[in-house]
Amino acid sequence: MSATFLGMPGNFPKNSARAVQDSQLRYNLRKATHTIRGKRASVVGELPDWQELRAAGKAIKDETLRHLDRYLVQLEETVTAAGGHVHWARDAAEANRIVAGLVKATGEREVVKVKSMATQEIGLNEALAAEGITAYETDLAELIVQLGDDFPSHILVPAIHRNRAEIREIFLDRMDDAPPGLTDEPAALAEAARVHLRERFLRSKVAVSGANFMVAETGTLVVLESEGNGRMCLTLPETLISVVGIEKVLPTWRDLEVFLQLLPRSSTGERMNPYTSTWTGSAEGQDFHLVLLDNGRTDVLADEVGRQALRCIRCSACLNVCPVYERAGGHAYGSVYPGPIGAILTPQLRGMGSELDASLPYASSLCGACYDVCPVAIDIPEVLVDLRAKAPHGAAERAGMRVAGWVLNDQARLAAAQRAAGRLRRLVPRRLPGPLSAWTDTRDLPGIPEESFRDWWEREG
Amino acid sequence: MRVALFITCVNDTLFPGTGKAVVSLLRRLGCEVDFPAAQTCCGQMHVNTGYREEGVRLARHFTEVFAGYDAVVAPSGSCAAMVREQYPKLVKPGSRGAAAVAAVAPKVHELTEFLLDVLKVEDVGAYFPHRVTYHPTCHSLRGLRLGDRPARLLRNVRGLDLVPLPGAEECCGFGGTFAVKNPAVSSAMGADKVRGVLDTGAEVLCAADNSCLMHIGGMLGRQRTGVRVMHLAEILASTEEVKAS
Repeated sequence: MSATFLGMPGNFPKNSARAVQDSQLRYNLRKATHTIRGKRASVVGELPDWQELRAAGKAIKDETLRHLDRYLVQLEETVTAAGGHVHWARDAAEANRIVAGLVKATGEREVVKVKSMATQEIGLNEALAAEGITAYETDLAELIVQLGDDFPSHILVPAIHRNRAEIREIFLDRMDDAPPGLTDEPAALAEAARVHLRERFLRSKVAVSGANFMVAETGTLVVLESEGNGRMCLTLPETLISVVGIEKVLPTWRDLEVFLQLLPRSSTGERMNPYTSTWTGSAEGQDFHLVLLDNGRTDVLADEVGRQALRCIRCSACLNVCPVYERAGGHAYGSVYPGPIGAILTPQLRGMGSELDASLPYASSLCGACYDVCPVAIDIPEVLVDLRAKAPHGAAERAGMRVAGWVLNDQARLAAAQRAAGRLRRLVPRRLPGPLSAWTDTRDLPGIPEESFRDWWEREG
Repeated sequence: MRVALFITCVNDTLFPGTGKAVVSLLRRLGCEVDFPAAQTCCGQMHVNTGYREEGVRLARHFTEVFAGYDAVVAPSGSCAAMVREQYPKLVKPGSRGAAAVAAVAPKVHELTEFLLDVLKVEDVGAYFPHRVTYHPTCHSLRGLRLGDRPARLLRNVRGLDLVPLPGAEECCGFGGTFAVKNPAVSSAMGADKVRGVLDTGAEVLCAADNSCLMHIGGMLGRQRTGVRVMHLAEILASTEEVKAS
């Protein structure tokens, strides 16, 4: 995944403990996530057939994933027949190499970009920079992140951790054509970005995008966006290169009916998406290249429990409803995919070799709010629990859990442990030492009763 | 009606008062209560922390202990959800113990489900003259979908003033071992829950799970708020003659 996030130090508990202390961040996140959460709930609530739509979305994705080999080959045929060129990339390095090669072949040294999770996952901007090619983000929030040498912290609103005063500072500092008297009014900030970007749209000969959906039947790609920047990038440049994860394919044009309802309502809380662009192959002389990206996805597909994560349509509803994300912020997850979906996707795509990635399946209280709002019914808690069983466990914890399992597996041992605790009840300190201080730093311990329930029952039940 | 009480290891060890309350409540409603002494733990902590093998052992033990009962009642939404929702996935169809799971799991009821759906009582004859707020724990709310069952029971308690909890549906931050693995986020979530509880002006916070109450109550206690936490069963067991402790 993204080079920018690779080798990120720390682990989720440490990263989030820092974020929790940042009151400005907590305020920004709470305000933003609760606003989008409310909008989503209201527009989802007005559809009487939401659960049926959700079931249809899940079913279409499952059917597609079951026959992914067939649909991908069909997609390659239809895109090629429409004049497009299809490239297959096994991993991030191969995808980056293909894109850099295609850009160089045009003789250009800069590209404009449509907001895309896949290109962030593979660290495309950094890879292009290493080849002397400059990539310009054109989505407003991505622009803010890029100008600020920052990391995205949300899938839908990557600069959710920034408030408008900070954005003004970034623009004045890093955007060469920012008006000197720029205020932090949202309209003024948007106008400054618009003027800045317009010049890039008109100048750039190459664009790079991702896609929300690809239709195997027709060879059509679909991008949903809100600002119109995507439409500019997709139509104006002479060459368009789209990097898309292999799980984004849908069998038929008609399947879009379901997803064009599910996605905007779940994502931005809108009934209809503002800018929906579709294109098939090389339209009107544009040179079109599709780079199909695996980068760990076929391994995820092989996992019976984990494969449901591939149904994800990147709507962010799970982030906006997650109480852990709201307090920890996106950066704590150390991946372009933060929040509940990130906690199940990142460890599957990257493995659990690093301390950070091994801590992600535990970055959840298993409250289940994410599963409830997911438009394709990904049972995120189920996948989290499954990943926890596969995660590396520390020696001390393993030993403790084994002893607990031994005690709990037998009534006599449990009763003996309870009686021992009852006898020692007055000796328990108010603050516990070592790792157990994690409980008593903020919470009192419950009093240990003199007698367990089972002993009471034995005596007088 | 003869019912088996699944006390849960947390209640057995730390909150015996909740178990006694369930026994007295069910007897008052005409049930014969049995406590299979071989019972221990449903295995949720092990499974949810990534120790599936130990969890499967405990699940098999559970189904052996409770085989043959028509109804099993647990004063815990979380443990009832573990048995009903997670066991069938944990002990895979065709593997050893799968048939026992299929037989036992549907017979396990959380206390409020048992009262309303099986016994069909909404007024259990309780008396509790206090201002109370109710926190729907995640596994009660989104696991078992208890809905308004607890509120219906509480509204029928004489003298009780039930006040709504702001942000009720948000997780309190307990999450089992999450509370010690991610203490900062857990405590931040708990702090917001505590603020909600204090905003209600309630004397008592109740829930269908003592584990979540142990976390919220631990924070309420540390902050010396004076708000008590009580399991729902203890309120429902309380009468004018026998008051809750």
